[in-house]
Amino acid sequence: MEYFLQQLINGITLGSIYGLIAIGYTMVYGIIGMINFAHGDVFMVGSVTAFLVVLGLGLTGGSGLLLILLALILVAAIAMIVAAAYNWTIERLAYKPLRGSFRLAPLISAIGMSIVLQEFVRVNQEGRPKPIQPIVTGGYEIMTRVTEAGEFIVRLTNMQILIIVSTLILMAVFTVLIQKTPLGRAQRACEQDQKMAALLGIDVDRTISVTFIMGAALAAFAGLMFFLYYGVTDFFVGFLAGIKAFTAAVLGGIGSLPGAMLGGLVIGLIETMWSAYFTVEYKDVAAFTVLIIVLIFMPQGLLGKPEVEKV
Amino acid sequence: MTAQDVSAPRAQAYDWSAIIKDLIGTAIVSLLIMVPMVAYKSVITQYSLVLVSRWTEVFAVLALILATRLALHLFVWNRAPSPVTAAAKPAGTAKATLPEKIGPWVFPVLVAFAVFLPLIFNFERRPIDLGIYILTYIMLAWGLNIVVGLAGLLDLGYVAFYAVGAYAYALLSTVYFPYWFGDGVVPWAFYITLPVAGLLAALWGVILGFPVLRLRGDYLAIVTLAFGEIIRLVLINWFSFTNGPQGITVPKATFFGLPFARGEGSFSDFFGIEFNRIHYFVFLYYVILALALLTYFVTNRLRRLPIGRAWEALREDEIACRSLGINTTNTKLTAFAIGAMFGGFAGCFFATRQGFVSPESFVFIESAIILAIVVLGGLGSQIGIVFAAIAIMGSFELFRELSVFENYLPEGTDPVHFRMLAVGLAMVLMMRFRPRGFVTRRQPTVFLKERKAVSGDLVKEGHG
Repeated sequence: MEYFLQQLINGITLGSIYGLIAIGYTMVYGIIGMINFAHGDVFMVGSVTAFLVVLGLGLTGGSGLLLILLALILVAAIAMIVAAAYNWTIERLAYKPLRGSFRLAPLISAIGMSIVLQEFVRVNQEGRPKPIQPIVTGGYEIMTRVTEAGEFIVRLTNMQILIIVSTLILMAVFTVLIQKTPLGRAQRACEQDQKMAALLGIDVDRTISVTFIMGAALAAFAGLMFFLYYGVTDFFVGFLAGIKAFTAAVLGGIGSLPGAMLGGLVIGLIETMWSAYFTVEYKDVAAFTVLIIVLIFMPQGLLGKPEVEKV
Repeated sequence: MTAQDVSAPRAQAYDWSAIIKDLIGTAIVSLLIMVPMVAYKSVITQYSLVLVSRWTEVFAVLALILATRLALHLFVWNRAPSPVTAAAKPAGTAKATLPEKIGPWVFPVLVAFAVFLPLIFNFERRPIDLGIYILTYIMLAWGLNIVVGLAGLLDLGYVAFYAVGAYAYALLSTVYFPYWFGDGVVPWAFYITLPVAGLLAALWGVILGFPVLRLRGDYLAIVTLAFGEIIRLVLINWFSFTNGPQGITVPKATFFGLPFARGEGSFSDFFGIEFNRIHYFVFLYYVILALALLTYFVTNRLRRLPIGRAWEALREDEIACRSLGINTTNTKLTAFAIGAMFGGFAGCFFATRQGFVSPESFVFIESAIILAIVVLGGLGSQIGIVFAAIAIMGSFELFRELSVFENYLPEGTDPVHFRMLAVGLAMVLMMRFRPRGFVTRRQPTVFLKERKAVSGDLVKEGHG
């Protein structure tokens, strides 16, 4: 039971990170119907940027709590802005000119862009993993059980609390943004019918750009959290995290925001539980298998609408 | 009225405020992109990580970007659309142009060059190695072309079939054949395994194909990617079967039972020539050339069969295809199976050439490179693929040789590092400017009375 509880905590933490990335996939898919294959790499750019800023600020676990919190907000802001600039540029250069091209063109372009981002970061920052000392330390012991093998302690670390709470805050802000503001209305309108939205005076191109920016900002935040949680990042983290987040987006129902979050949690839990109860080596296989099964048997996902292809 | 009068670009007055605004915007975005990532580099010293700043590079690149953008504003984007180019577009019924005239000769010349390549280079090791390397990728790309270029199914896990072929050879020749038939069969293992590897890969193609039949383009791409990764992860982790990340050492192929070695009963002994290591590489070269040509001719014949036409119809419109009574299930499965089969052949060859297989050789980036070759070749054009493979794989080698430039590049920059960056950029630029490839003309496989080549300008993107 205690073991399960610990895995549940770990899974929810991981799931929050996947969920934040998944939102970018789902929003872009919802609005222009393409898989932004480079989104995982935008997450990586956010993560590496966060690493550079943390290193530049000289932030360590020894600083005071308030200072760390303020510094992390600054780091998050910089990472989000930088990643947003990346995704905006990608959309401008690689996707926008391809609207109306044949249907595989944007995806191929996105794969190319994904390679470009990875290699760009690798060329500039070298391929080595970038480690850092833990910054957010400490935590709470929720439950202790003494067994004959020793005592098993269920821990909830401050880092996990930070990840879960900040994800909740971001989700709340984001939901308000989509539901209540003119910007969100424009986005939902473009999602339903771009031509009609344009006729009613919505700048469709601008709305799409904003969608990419928002997705990138959330992914960069996830990148920061990922980097702080694992204490290491490199140019390749975006590949696996990207595929898993995409799985989350599809599982939740692509195009649906709550779905993306839910899907993220489910994928995070599946991965953690699989590592805990079966084999660590095959945890990625488990995630990929979920992806395949979901795409084949329930392509509309948990909360999505079934899609009808028209001629 | 001569064409020149009309087409002369009418320069408009420059809108300076707009240009300056645009330049400032460009500068801000470029700086955001470059400042953390390029301006600061983390370097591991003895005790800790430190940041090294590189502002000169940042400002040099920024100046370059701004200058380019300004030049584009001043000289390219201010032109009024000239009426001639606008009007000339539809009139594309094309007299025979130069590419069309030399078109039929390109392939025979290439084949002749390939056949005589070892002679031309006087049996030197390096060109032959490079030839083997490029031909392997040409073959892989021709195989993938069946799936992506002809049937329009984007397969991001093609390297899985390559892996199946390679591991089929490695496991059969080292473990199973000696166990089943005794050691006497080992010299013949390559010839026995080659078809088996192809069949196994085709089987995997069908296994993968079945579940993904209902998926559309981009979902299909992601599922094939996941499938490829699963195969790789299983190869890494199923230690007792595949020897995990350590890989398997595989025996060399033989010349129909005659080993390439010194002494009694070897290839050189049998033909009464002096032993030379190069014989083996020349042999490998001709094997891969034969395999690649087999792929080419089989694909070309298949294209003219009903199944090939069904593939191309499927690529253009699946729903229309189904309404015309084409069995899309069989069409997709055959495309997957045949594409995979050639991947399996190539994998079997790869295992022999390498003498060693490990899961490291079958990562996603390999699939991406093969896909890049197909894309640059123009999605469906077989000759285009040859040139794309030479360009990409040749440039990889070139990047390796570029140490000449080291003096001009900043300290510690190795041109080799830029090669994948170049491939990624090429894919993006290709989709942006020439989505139908460099060879846009299509030789129709079905025609009424006379064969009219279709110009790339005439067909909408995604057709033709």
